[in-house]
Amino acid sequence: MANAIEARELRKTYPGPTVALDGLSFEVGEGQIFALLGPNGAGKSTTVKVLTTLTVPDSGRARVAGIDVLADPRAVRRVIGVVGQRSGVDDEAEGRENLELQGQLHGIRGRELRRRVEELLEAMGLAGAAERLAGTYSGGMRRRLDIAMGLVHRPRVLFLDEPTTGLDPEIRVAMWDEIRRLRDQGLTILLTTHYLEEADELADSIAIVDRGRIVARGTAAELKAELEGDTVHVEVAAPGAEARAREALARLAEVREVHVDGRAIHARVGDGATALPAVLGALSAAGVPVAAATMARPSLDDVYMRHAGRSFEEAERSRDGSGREAA
Amino acid sequence: MGVLLNCYDTTRRWTLALLRQPWFVAITLIQPMIWLLLFGALFSSVVDIPGFAGDNYKTFLAPGIVVMNALFSAGWNGMGMINDLEKGIMDRFLVTPVSRAPLIVGGIAQSALSIVIQSLIVVAVALATGATFPGGPLGVLAMIATAVLLAAAVAGLSQAVALTARKEETLIGFVQFMALPLTFLSGAFMQLSLAPHWIETVARYNPVNWAVAAAREAVAAHPDWGYVLARMGLLLALAAACLWLAVRAFRAYQRSA
Repeated sequence: MANAIEARELRKTYPGPTVALDGLSFEVGEGQIFALLGPNGAGKSTTVKVLTTLTVPDSGRARVAGIDVLADPRAVRRVIGVVGQRSGVDDEAEGRENLELQGQLHGIRGRELRRRVEELLEAMGLAGAAERLAGTYSGGMRRRLDIAMGLVHRPRVLFLDEPTTGLDPEIRVAMWDEIRRLRDQGLTILLTTHYLEEADELADSIAIVDRGRIVARGTAAELKAELEGDTVHVEVAAPGAEARAREALARLAEVREVHVDGRAIHARVGDGATALPAVLGALSAAGVPVAAATMARPSLDDVYMRHAGRSFEEAERSRDGSGREAA
Repeated sequence: MGVLLNCYDTTRRWTLALLRQPWFVAITLIQPMIWLLLFGALFSSVVDIPGFAGDNYKTFLAPGIVVMNALFSAGWNGMGMINDLEKGIMDRFLVTPVSRAPLIVGGIAQSALSIVIQSLIVVAVALATGATFPGGPLGVLAMIATAVLLAAAVAGLSQAVALTARKEETLIGFVQFMALPLTFLSGAFMQLSLAPHWIETVARYNPVNWAVAAAREAVAAHPDWGYVLARMGLLLALAAACLWLAVRAFRAYQRSA
């Protein structure tokens, strides 16, 4: 199967200096939904910017639909559709005008343009609102208009940067159906997300990005299968007891790995049902009060923790923290 | 051909946006109106200075105000670009195969259109308050065309600044720093032969003064059209250079994005 997207050793540093991409490589087969999964600031959006010709990497190569992104950006632009993280909708223009302009910039005109615009307005459920200013649209309508604008020229590869961020849960599920439908029509789709659930639900193939590198890749099932066994999550009731808890659990034969994240303790175990009593017993013996204990099958969060060495939430928080300091 | 069609497309977008916010035309008119009416009254006895050609200061001042309005109005043109950059609208355009020039030209065309409307209002108010345009409608038309050429250059430059700095503060600084000094270093308010020699020298290289001089000549009773067209030619060349600069600024944007 031919690759619709190939990224090789992409590197990019922003002044600061912030390393956005640190030798990132991956490929996406034709007709797949491929998810770049990672916390904010992992380098997902920068990757999309490089692949969609919006920025140039410091080094590395990339091909989209077989075309070299750096050598022939204009040819790449003909075959890609892009839905950015920020909505690219012009609020001061009608929904229809937004779509028409996007088509015109792709060189589509006249009857062909009118027909295509009608078709997309219909498909995205915007036909009734076509003559309204886009500024009056709801969040879901804007997102659908965004996607319609990315599709107006019938691209071969569609980039969706955080397509469902900020959307209500029901609208998100509807958006997932829409994305699957596009894949079934033969489109290759690269989407970025920081929702584990979204990658799990939607993607044929996932790459986990952390600090500008791909740390793991495969299907959701493959990634989870790497982590045989379950995870026991324990919440410590008293502050300061985490270190003792870690020590007590690390000594247990049933526990393979312990990770402390604030007051939450995550222990990877073989069979959760047999390990849970042992875990609670060990904590009780060590005098660690427990507020809550749960057991779970491996999730993508566990996969992320294993490869990135920190939990997903922790990565998001550290990013937010550094952002506030810088501001 | 495709480039020209795309220029039409982006111009249509900006024109529709302008027609949806007609008050925008009025707001930027407030300042030149104050200049026209207050300066016109305050300095009405300038005409008594020995060596001042003409006997009506408002008639002298009106072309200067038309040009000044074009300068300020076009200076703010980059605000639309900053908004497009912030909202992600420009990125959406940049991922299409469109040439970069139409992405600049649409905003310039909007600026030109609003300046034509504003200039006609300035002319009407000037006429109503005692100014005359001896050159008649043709002269007024040439005056407005001159103002539009200057505006095209300034709007292009403003968009180049917007693409490079991507901050409203920087653009505000650019307009403040550029527009008033260039106006006062021109013959907009005062006959240059009565100004200090150094100002007269600086004005010779000041595009705002090219526009003021051409506009004033165009509405005179017997215009020297060669003089007017030569300056319009200079302004056209400047506008082309500024457009080129703005298109180049997309590269800087792409490097830093």
